[in-house]
Amino acid sequence: MSKVNNFSTTNSHWINWFKWSSPSTFYPVAGKLIPVFWILTAIFGIAGLWVSFFVAPVDAVQGQGYRIIFVHVPVSWMSMLIYLVMAAWAGIGLIFNTRLSSMMAQALAPIGAWMAFLSLWTGAFWGKPMWGTWWVWDARLTSELILLFLYLGFIALQASIENPRRADKAGAILALVGAVNVPIIYFSVKWWNTLHQGASVSLTKAPAMAQTMLWGMLLMVLCFWMYTIAVSLMRVRTLILEREAHSDWVRQLNEVKQ
Amino acid sequence: MWNSPSEFFVMGGYALYVWSSFGACAVVLLLEPFVIRMRHKAVIRRLKQQVLAERFDKESRE
Repeated sequence: MSKVNNFSTTNSHWINWFKWSSPSTFYPVAGKLIPVFWILTAIFGIAGLWVSFFVAPVDAVQGQGYRIIFVHVPVSWMSMLIYLVMAAWAGIGLIFNTRLSSMMAQALAPIGAWMAFLSLWTGAFWGKPMWGTWWVWDARLTSELILLFLYLGFIALQASIENPRRADKAGAILALVGAVNVPIIYFSVKWWNTLHQGASVSLTKAPAMAQTMLWGMLLMVLCFWMYTIAVSLMRVRTLILEREAHSDWVRQLNEVKQ
Repeated sequence: MWNSPSEFFVMGGYALYVWSSFGACAVVLLLEPFVIRMRHKAVIRRLKQQVLAERFDKESRE
């Protein structure tokens, strides 16, 4: 008997994840989380920029020009990571038919596209002084460009379908198929002998860079990570309001009622 | 490491490349939340108008 009771009490402590998949419960929670992630963005950003410009020593080969790494690597990582997270949310939305998951995918697409654009932009401004060219059709650069087009394709496809649930499904399939490109980008410098240098940081061996440079980069990565969460929560809240405009709970919101 | 502010801004001759990279990132990252905020406010404004219109509808029927 006591066993049964025990089970039911522990059971009640479990978080009911499906409760959070409802836009009406998620909307106020997201609103409370946004300032937290903005504060974290600011803390990591200030620390990261300080290390990038005032602590990390000058590079023996590339002089001060190498400091582009402190934005180039974080935006490039984020462009790939955001794509995988976006494809995962889109896939969950497709399988479980949860509206909020599809909205999360839709909210991540623009910020991912900007990260891919910035990766190409900062790469061009790094390539020019170091390689002598803004652009080459190298495996990594080309696959990153394809990633940007995948983001833009996802956004355009969703925008072109009137029914939001059908748009979610079509977008999810595009996002999942396009996910093949992410490992191609990541391993491109290994699989093909190209102009782009190999990985600066690897999980399997010691990083090929000074300790302080690595710290600066990791702080900047954390800053971009927190930024992405803050911005995607802001965007998903706007999407929720747009899509749920006719539901009662939206009409009952304090910001709408008064 | 830097002996003067101007030395910092010159970036050892790489000023154009370093500041174009950091500058573009700063512009994009600041503009993005600003644009979302504008869109959010526009949605709230539209919802308010709809709620108000419905209330007037109801009152005029009574």
